[in-house]
Amino acid sequence: MSEKNAIRISDVDKVFNEERDDEVIALSNINLDIKEGEFVSLIGPSGCGKSTLLRLIGDLLEPTQGSVEVFGKSAHQARIDQDYGMVFQHAGLFDWRRVAANIELPLELHGWSKSDRATRSQEMLDLVKLPDFGGYYPRQLSGGMQQRVSIARALSFKPKLLLMDEPFGALDEMTREHMQIELLRIWEETGTTVVFVTHSIPEAAFLSNRVVVLSPRPGRVHSVIDVDLGQRTESTREDPSFFGAATEIREALRAVEEQE
Amino acid sequence: MKSSKVTRVFFTVSFVIFFLVLLWEGYKWMGQQTDDLWPGTNFGLPIATNDTIMPHFVDVVGELTAEIRDGRSSMPMYAFLLKKAWFTFQEAAIGFILGLTIGMGLAVFMSRWKVSERGLLPWINVSQTIPLIALAPVVVTWGRNQGLPDLFSISLISTYLTFFPVAVSGLRGLQSPDAAHVELMHSYAASWRTTLFKLRLPAARPYLFPALKLAGSLSVVGAIVGEISIGRKTGLGRAILEYALRYAIFPERLYASVIGAAFLGLSVFGMINLAERFFMRRTREVVS
Ligand SMILES: Nc1ncnc2c1ncn2[C@@H]1O[C@H](COP(=O)(O)OP(=O)(O)O)[C@@H](O)[C@H]1O
Ligand SMILES: [Mg+2]
Repeated sequence: MSEKNAIRISDVDKVFNEERDDEVIALSNINLDIKEGEFVSLIGPSGCGKSTLLRLIGDLLEPTQGSVEVFGKSAHQARIDQDYGMVFQHAGLFDWRRVAANIELPLELHGWSKSDRATRSQEMLDLVKLPDFGGYYPRQLSGGMQQRVSIARALSFKPKLLLMDEPFGALDEMTREHMQIELLRIWEETGTTVVFVTHSIPEAAFLSNRVVVLSPRPGRVHSVIDVDLGQRTESTREDPSFFGAATEIREALRAVEEQE
Repeated sequence: MKSSKVTRVFFTVSFVIFFLVLLWEGYKWMGQQTDDLWPGTNFGLPIATNDTIMPHFVDVVGELTAEIRDGRSSMPMYAFLLKKAWFTFQEAAIGFILGLTIGMGLAVFMSRWKVSERGLLPWINVSQTIPLIALAPVVVTWGRNQGLPDLFSISLISTYLTFFPVAVSGLRGLQSPDAAHVELMHSYAASWRTTLFKLRLPAARPYLFPALKLAGSLSVVGAIVGEISIGRKTGLGRAILEYALRYAIFPERLYASVIGAAFLGLSVFGMINLAERFFMRRTREVVS
């Protein structure tokens, strides 16, 4: 992990439908720095603005106040430069494209040659442990496999930043734990910075270097919890240090609820 | 298409035709026995069963092979009808292609600018309430003043019917992608045009093809109505009109010409089905 900032969020407010009856203050006075190579989770009760914050980083929304910098430039420029890949809760693959063609979609848009695309999509399929599935259609794959394809698609152009919005939220518990291990392996292999939205305490504890706990109405940073579990394996889930981290996050979330 | 499927379709179609013929002839036979009354009652049948109203199926089929005069020459009825159908097909095809172009153009335009959807969609709906019979002479007179061939004016009437389902379903199809898909394209910094070609148009296909099948049938209807109201001598519409006027003398001929029109409609439908198979071949392969 380097000391350089990947993301710098300064004094950000986000208000939806400003000055209307249905005005929502989604985020208020957010300050957050994320280092290059860091794995940061955003956790908090539903509706506290996790997705909104992630969308601000991805320039899918603009802040009402304040600034979002990504790799030292505006979030907008970072999007134009394709510095990040995005993974949503639902894999969002295009049914009419084979798995390989789905992974190649961003490459196609960036004007890669056909053979380069084919080489890269195979590399990505190997990375997400689906080496033989390039010729299948998304509907022929299970939910967990589709989500892996979606991760492969987001990583295909080697972005320096991966933005993930509850990517494992729709998966069953076993698949989910398996995917977490896979994601950590990919994170280590690629060295990308990851911002990961979740509402699962064990997931945040297991994956992150830092967990940002948000409180709702309006969304604010309640606390930031450092986690250091070292090299994570399946047995880490039974380790006291893991329980310790989970407890710390749980207590912060309780405090958030009592605030209301 | 697998050959087993071809056989299955063939048998289904044959069976349906056989069943309809049986129904027709059975009803006719019953009516003949009871003097057009429901058996055992004094209530009349809804349709009289004499040979003028309901000719025997064999007579209609026989009429298709009978020699008839066309100007100076003479030829079998089916050849005559095929010749007429070919003219009508050309008019319908031009009308269909124009309708497809205009309909898709409108759909793309409306999906691009939300305001234009609110402004245009009501008018597109209103356009279909104008009766064709009123519209046809206007189009023809206008066309002749512009020095356009009648064929083209007839095609325009066809276009008028076909653009509608294409525009409405096309718009729905272009708007069908999930917000997440649109957001994904946005995250790739894809332009509107790229999003149209890589996401919206492919996603619109399942909405579009049912509309195109409807539009195909409508294009034939439009061409036939156009021919009748213009009084063009060449097409199937003209033949139907002439046989309709002489229905009392040659009822089988009118039925034969209607079979010709049905054949044309089915051919157009078949062509659009083939196009669908081609354009959706990728998703079709999925066995889920
Ligand atoms: N496009 C939008 N328009 C209006 N309100 C929105 C919009 N997106 C999110 N919100 C509101 O902002 C708040 C935060 O939403 P979100 O970021 O989706 O929460 P989370 O992801 O933490 O569940 C919610 O109250 C939500 O209703
Ligand atoms: Mg959310």
